[in-house]
Amino acid sequence: MMTQDVWEVIWLSLQVTTVSVAIGMLVGIPTGTLLGLYSFRGKRLIVALIYTCMGLPPVLVGVVVYLLLSRYGPLGALGLLFTPEAMIIAQVILVTPILAGLTMSAVQAKERTYWETAKSLGASPMQMMITIVREARGGIWSGVAAAYGRAISEVGAVMLVGGNIEHHTRVMTTAIILETRTGNFTAGLQLGLVLLAISFLFNSFLMAGVLNQMRSRRR
Amino acid sequence: MKTIQSITALFCIALVLLLAACSSTPPAAAPQQALAEQSNPSAATPAPTPTPPTGEKKEIILATTTSTQDSGLLDALLPEFEQQSGITVKVIAVGTGQAIKLGEEGNADVLLVHSRKAEDEFVSKGFGINAYDVMYNQFYIVGPAEDPAGIKGVQSAKEAMVKIAEKQSPFVSRGDDSGTDKKEKSIWAEADITPSGNWYISSGQGMGETLQMADEKRAYTLTDEATFLSRKLNLEVLVQGDKSLLNPYGIIQVKSSAKPEEGMQLIRFFTEEQGQKLIGEFGKETYGKGLFVPDAKQR
Repeated sequence: MMTQDVWEVIWLSLQVTTVSVAIGMLVGIPTGTLLGLYSFRGKRLIVALIYTCMGLPPVLVGVVVYLLLSRYGPLGALGLLFTPEAMIIAQVILVTPILAGLTMSAVQAKERTYWETAKSLGASPMQMMITIVREARGGIWSGVAAAYGRAISEVGAVMLVGGNIEHHTRVMTTAIILETRTGNFTAGLQLGLVLLAISFLFNSFLMAGVLNQMRSRRR
Repeated sequence: MKTIQSITALFCIALVLLLAACSSTPPAAAPQQALAEQSNPSAATPAPTPTPPTGEKKEIILATTTSTQDSGLLDALLPEFEQQSGITVKVIAVGTGQAIKLGEEGNADVLLVHSRKAEDEFVSKGFGINAYDVMYNQFYIVGPAEDPAGIKGVQSAKEAMVKIAEKQSPFVSRGDDSGTDKKEKSIWAEADITPSGNWYISSGQGMGETLQMADEKRAYTLTDEATFLSRKLNLEVLVQGDKSLLNPYGIIQVKSSAKPEEGMQLIRFFTEEQGQKLIGEFGKETYGKGLFVPDAKQR
């Protein structure tokens, strides 16, 4: 079962997911922090939009990205359709709202306690933001875990824009679909277990980190 | 304060609209319905039609290939059957490989598939009975109009595939163990080529998706006629008419089925006069030619 093909599929899954979540973090965490700290006109609308996008149907994202990247679409000249890059684009659209939304909640929960203190100590806005993010990291990490879980188990969008091409864009979830379609239920199930195991490992590391932080804070 | 007012106003408007819709629809709809029932009792309403002999709702599961579903053939045939027999047909459209697996595990009652070798095996292993030929259609080798490998007009499929491999022109394969995939692999085998390399793209998806991918990548692919004609794509038929490109469909009853009677009714519908006529006519209106050629006979 653990042939080279299977490792290749697992490796690509990890690459695509990790890059997507990393890009999502770069965009989502600052956005969430700003939204958690400041209020301004139209904020409620933005927050409502972010919450809506946290539940975006992956297939819908897939179709939109597909149409954008298609040879006959506006970005067709880039030739990105059916590449890992296309899969990353779709995944980033899916995970960024989750990261922004959960960061915002985490920051809001800490805001009152630390904002005034930091301000009274004469911190600059940038310093204040960094302090708050550091204090809210437990909540932010669980956002990262949620985003990672969503990205690695996602199938609708990556199937559409990646195309499930062997040795090129085949990831664990699309491989499971293919195995099931061709009647190899056992192989599909085995891959599914690998997927679960990876999620479990990832989340264990995260939880270990979060728990450590909590303990150190209590001290 | 202002926002609360405007929200309330919006709410009221929505409510009024809703009420208006509720009060106006029933009187308008009811007579229409009554009229339809009177004037056209045999119309294709799946509603509780006069006399399904037994009171309970009968259902069977038909496992079939994506091509029969994607081409729209089943949409043309099944409503007719359901109305005549009172049996609801649940369709599972998958690759031939999975369809046969579903049959082996008793998760389907009837199979409508196209891979003669796998079908014969299915019957000889004792999983299936009452196997019939139903119809056939053709495979095409399609590709971009530029035709980089120069296969247009080549006589045999084998020759065309040899040229594609020599030029290493992109070729999208289904790679999903379906009937079409098996046909493609058999042609490669005939040509003594093991396709591999960057030019050989294994999509692992259905025919529709594979065609779309070929279109996007300006690649060649092997497709069944029905799915190809039902999609509007910038691909051209480059090779057709070769004997090795014929695509016969078979219908087989699953031996372990709990509903042999209903299954047999469906098989009879597909293989007897009325079903065969519908199959022959299917697609004529839209594409100017029938997509499938009926040729029912018991094996």
